Amino acid sequence: MVTGLVVTDAVVRYGPVTAVDRVSLTVAPGEIVALLGASGSGKSSLLRAVTGLEPLAGGAVSWDGEDVTAVPVHARGFVMMFQDGQLFPHLSVAGNVGYSLHRLDRASRDRRVEELLDLVGLAGYGPRPVTALSGGQAQRVALARSLAPQPRLLMLDEPLSSLDRGLRERLVGVLEATLRATGTPGLYVTHDQDEAFAIADRIAVLSAGRLLQVADPATLWKHPADAEVAGFLGYGPFLAVSDARALGWSGDDGDVAVAIGPEGLVEDPAGTSVPVVAARAGRGRYEVDVRLPGGALAGLGTPSAPGPQVSVRIDPAGCAVVPR
Amino acid sequence: MTAAAVSRRSLGGPPWVWVAVAAVPIAFLVVFFAWPVAALVARGFVDEAGNPSFAQVQAVLTAPRTWRIVGQTLAQAVAGTAVAVGLGVPGAYVLYRRRFPGRRLARAVVAVPFVLPTVVVGVAFSSLLAVNGPLGWLGLRESFAAIVAALVFFNYSVVVRTVGTLWARLDPRAEDAARTLGASRARVFATVTLPALAPAIASGAALTFLFCATAFGVVLVLGGTSWGTIETEIWYQTTQLLDLPAAAALSILQLVVVSASLLVANRTRARAERALRLLGSPADAPLRAADWAPALVTGVVVLGLLVLPMASLVARSFVTPDGVGWENYAALAGRAQGTTVSVWQALWNSLVTATAATAIAILLGLMVSYVLSRRPASPSGRWVLQGADSVFMLPLGVSAVTVGFGFLITLNRPPLDLRSSWVLIPIAQALVALPLVVRTLLPTLRAIDPRLHETAATLGAGAGRVTATVDLPFALRGLGLALGFAFATSLGEFGATSFLARPDHPTLPVVVYRLISRPGAENFGMAMAASVLLAVLTAAAMAVAEWLGPREVNPW
Repeated sequence: MVTGLVVTDAVVRYGPVTAVDRVSLTVAPGEIVALLGASGSGKSSLLRAVTGLEPLAGGAVSWDGEDVTAVPVHARGFVMMFQDGQLFPHLSVAGNVGYSLHRLDRASRDRRVEELLDLVGLAGYGPRPVTALSGGQAQRVALARSLAPQPRLLMLDEPLSSLDRGLRERLVGVLEATLRATGTPGLYVTHDQDEAFAIADRIAVLSAGRLLQVADPATLWKHPADAEVAGFLGYGPFLAVSDARALGWSGDDGDVAVAIGPEGLVEDPAGTSVPVVAARAGRGRYEVDVRLPGGALAGLGTPSAPGPQVSVRIDPAGCAVVPR
Repeated sequence: MTAAAVSRRSLGGPPWVWVAVAAVPIAFLVVFFAWPVAALVARGFVDEAGNPSFAQVQAVLTAPRTWRIVGQTLAQAVAGTAVAVGLGVPGAYVLYRRRFPGRRLARAVVAVPFVLPTVVVGVAFSSLLAVNGPLGWLGLRESFAAIVAALVFFNYSVVVRTVGTLWARLDPRAEDAARTLGASRARVFATVTLPALAPAIASGAALTFLFCATAFGVVLVLGGTSWGTIETEIWYQTTQLLDLPAAAALSILQLVVVSASLLVANRTRARAERALRLLGSPADAPLRAADWAPALVTGVVVLGLLVLPMASLVARSFVTPDGVGWENYAALAGRAQGTTVSVWQALWNSLVTATAATAIAILLGLMVSYVLSRRPASPSGRWVLQGADSVFMLPLGVSAVTVGFGFLITLNRPPLDLRSSWVLIPIAQALVALPLVVRTLLPTLRAIDPRLHETAATLGAGAGRVTATVDLPFALRGLGLALGFAFATSLGEFGATSFLARPDHPTLPVVVYRLISRPGAENFGMAMAASVLLAVLTAAAMAVAEWLGPREVNPW
């Protein structure tokens, strides 16, 4: 039997616009899948369609082999956590967390709420009004609230995007640990590559409503399916094999392009001397833009301020090969 | 999240649920509004033998008197609107954009006149401008200026609230940016602030125009024989001349005027509602010396235009033929001239009918607001809702006199014979209060982020539980204010009630009007005392409501 979520050929349309175009995807029990894409790529629409908040114009959604396409939102057991928390402003922290526990008796509900708050590191916050919470605390409460009904699947729609960077990096760890601890499978929408790589077992890359590639983070990084995926992950420029060889590339031949990763170009006195176009001071190093022999612009880091020329070579470990 | 991904899909359960909820208020409006009004209007199109005819309507439409009245109505409404906007915009600035000690009191003082009974305001202004009144030397009794002043008295708060609530949320950084770009304060106001406020000003002006164009009690009391509106003319034609075709023709004319201004009001309000999403919480700064001009204007308006007439009313209520004392109030226990009951009895009647009217208006208002706050996915569904939004506003503008008279000619025979039932009065009052209740409840319901509904649904809440746990708590936030509006409006309603109240069962405004229109110092003194009583009650109801309700709700 198929277990977990299976999305088959999902299509979402807004009038004439096709936001999601025949996307198929699975989430296994306990698995966290990230939907990664630029804004407008259709990832939120796909998430909403899986939840039932958006009608499917085609395709199907099923759970454990049972078609849930026609099941109303509240009966699916897929809980959605939004970007800005969407806490109920008229309820306290405990009221929010316990929202879905109204069928429990008071004592068990209070106990469960306290457990959940403890799980997200907010023990004792129950009586507070949600308006008094910081952004990070609000998202933790939203997480606790989402986990309360023990969802079959947790949908997270850019849950950390409205937070500042430091908080985001910390909370992504909290999110992951909590999902793992409760064994909750998750479908995690984000436009942030680092977030996706940090949390996901597998990453699905979307662009213009189409699914470009689904793979685990290491495979995705090492073997992006095409130049579009590689470009979105941060690779660039893309060099012809002949140009790459001139910079020390020794990989396989064929009808491919060499995608230079963020660390794919390194300073090496024995390498090729190239002109420096621009240099910016960074934290403990310099970010240098150089013009490669083929004419492409590329970036690398150097420990000290560069002169008008630097000598560089390709580090194959930081590069990927994509079909031309 | 892409903009297109924000769904408008309704989570309110299957469509039949809200069709069912909509059916109750629609049925109410059809039976108690559309039918009586249509029946009255239809009377205009039959001749004495009962055959269809345009002759009588034509006769009215070609009569010079009709066009003089229409001209007066428009002139009063335009002047009232212009003055209310001219004074209201500085008022909005001072009361919503600036902080100063006593601001809450000032806002409360500004809010009260809107719900004061029209008859009371008429009495207050006539006491002020009477030959022996404090401002009698101005010689403005029964003048155009007096009517306009009274109209501004009522509608100042409409402009101040509409403009003020938007102004409070305008991001001040746009003005700051313009200042740093070298613009003077005046240029910033003209090029940045005013364009941003324009939708709210237009919306407030359209509503003020609507209220001014349909003013009844205040014009009836202040206008004497020389000034009238279409509304007072309908009353005059029906009750004094018993000329129904003329009244019907005038009702049609008024419907045209009202529909046009409602259309403008609705359009501009929709724009203002969008613009309201500028800033989450109000931004204000302490009142500064540089604000002296708007502060002075607002101070003069509040003290001179709003407080003075009411203070004069209170003062005059203690003036008796023998000096100063409580005699006028003591006389309230006795039978009032022209009626068979005491003022206290009339007050009791008023309280009972207003309570019943409030219950009806709130119940229907909750249903209407719930339906109107839905977000249907289909364009046709949205179009229907927008239309319904305007339809539920109509009772606000259609002559209460027309409604009252329509009741008398339609609900007096089977299937529905309510003529002798006092129930007609609360129903008519609820009809008048309903638009205000909807306007108060709707903004809070519309302000609910659709994702709150969605979150609740994904947490396992069905349509009923979403309504009970998300919509209802929001609606309750506006309920205090809605209760106040409904009660105060019903308590002071005069147009329809004057038709429906039986002589042995009058409400307080009806008694006040009977007293003021009779000669004699004793009657005048009693009218003053009864007006004070009525004013205190409505103001108290409103004050409690303001205190209960959220500050940010603006019905317009």
